[in-house]
Amino acid sequence: MSLIEVVGLSQRYGDRVVLKNINVNIEKGEIFALIGPTGTGKTTFLRLIDLLEVPTSGKIYFDGIDTTALGRMKLRIRRRMAFVLQKPVVFNLSIYDNIAYGLRWRGKGRNEIKAKVDRLLDVIGLSTFRHKNARTLSGGEAQRVAIARALAVEPEVLLLDEPTANLDPISTLKIEELIRNIFHQYKATIVMATHDLSQGRRLAHRIGVMVNGEIIQVGKADEIFNSPLNREVAEFVGVENIIGGVIVSRDGDIATIDLKGKIIEAISDCAVGDEVYVCIRPEDITLAPSKAISSARNSLAGEITRVAPTGSLVHVEVDCGFSLIALVTKKSAEELNFKSGERVYASFKASAVHVIKK
Amino acid sequence: MISVTATFLASLVCLPLASLIHLHRFPGKRLLINIIQTLFSLPTVVVGLFVFVLFSRAGPLGGLNIMFTPTLMIIGQAILITPILLGLIISALGGVDKAIVDTALSLGASGPQVALAVIREARYAVMAAVIIGFGRAISEVGLVIMVGGNIRGFTRVLTTAISLETSKGELELSIALGIILLSIALIVNLALNRIQQR
Repeated sequence: MSLIEVVGLSQRYGDRVVLKNINVNIEKGEIFALIGPTGTGKTTFLRLIDLLEVPTSGKIYFDGIDTTALGRMKLRIRRRMAFVLQKPVVFNLSIYDNIAYGLRWRGKGRNEIKAKVDRLLDVIGLSTFRHKNARTLSGGEAQRVAIARALAVEPEVLLLDEPTANLDPISTLKIEELIRNIFHQYKATIVMATHDLSQGRRLAHRIGVMVNGEIIQVGKADEIFNSPLNREVAEFVGVENIIGGVIVSRDGDIATIDLKGKIIEAISDCAVGDEVYVCIRPEDITLAPSKAISSARNSLAGEITRVAPTGSLVHVEVDCGFSLIALVTKKSAEELNFKSGERVYASFKASAVHVIKK
Repeated sequence: MISVTATFLASLVCLPLASLIHLHRFPGKRLLINIIQTLFSLPTVVVGLFVFVLFSRAGPLGGLNIMFTPTLMIIGQAILITPILLGLIISALGGVDKAIVDTALSLGASGPQVALAVIREARYAVMAAVIIGFGRAISEVGLVIMVGGNIRGFTRVLTTAISLETSKGELELSIALGIILLSIALIVNLALNRIQQR
């Protein structure tokens, strides 16, 4: 049995539908990341899990208990979880008192509270500031206090809403490190919402992609990044080349696809005549000034239309009847003299092409 | 002492009541708050009249036999300052970030624990409300004359004494009493400020 089971969950505010028929299971002891653009319903989903809102329809089972049917029992279930909100709010009290609050509400003894809070102050590295008012902290520090405060109550489920939004890169790294530590030390199940897909990829065991209030795809990070289920997911996970086409023939696993007049080969189980989107990651495309002999099944001639350096890599846009973006190192681009107007061959393997049925 | 007790009693009623009104959504909430705010300008003599009618011998609560006693003066003052306290505490709580309520709930606070956490967040503004309520109670004349009767050594308070002595032409005594009244107000305010700074 899953720890949290969400069945047909919908949430509406007046006419505005925020969540549509969400079905997802969260297993005990995993880090589950909900990724999606901002304003897509991730926060509402977490609020519903934490029983801060009542859903319009659908059910949430926590450890097998139907939480939507609970009255006073809600508090007992909620006390098995802790939620760190996106905007870290700290109480206008000392850092120590902030972290101790949840324990005091549970009627814990003074010594127990002190032992736990002291340990957490060490974990977040703010021991020396224990008596400082939490309102005077920076964003990153306040977020650490908020996470420590949630951990103090030793929740079975830790809900994190955009734990590093609005933080600088160094604070982000610290928080991510903290989340990893928490997971290993406390063995809590973590459900986090983030719009930063690379963060989801770094931290989570499984990812759910949420777009416009719907969870479109759930799977391991690599599955989602390499085999997005539809165009929206592909766009969100950063596939830059998404081209429409039609399957013209098949030979075993290999399908031949007509992309606006150009023919390519790809591995796909779509039937002849199916309209499809072809996804190719820029890093899977190699560029050469002349047609080279290689094991790559696809090689398209084209003309460079744009060269855009980004750090040590260069984005090269090639027009081969449709626009194709390739990623090459700065050094290769210089050595092979890639610049606008040059003729090149863009090659990629049939296995590097991910085909989505329209 | 009468005003301090009245303020204390009114606070005891108003803090939970204001939390209830603040933390719950219900139809007519806005209207209720408007009514409370209108009652800020409740004339003291109207409250006096109301309490007088309620507790006089022939009134519905006449049997309690507390007419012209300090007890009734406390009740009268508490009623008088309740709208101010209630209204100001509701606004004080309204100034607290809404995320505080969610944070408290998500950390496992029960309903009353959430209310206490919110009051604690708004403690300075709540204390200011209490100080204003106390100010209105201690400066009160009309109500305490009506329901207290200004009986010497029993229900005569500083304000009613000042009023009486002034009408008798004893201006020096009145001024002295006025200074004492202000000093008491100052001491109480200083004490409340001390609590607030903790």
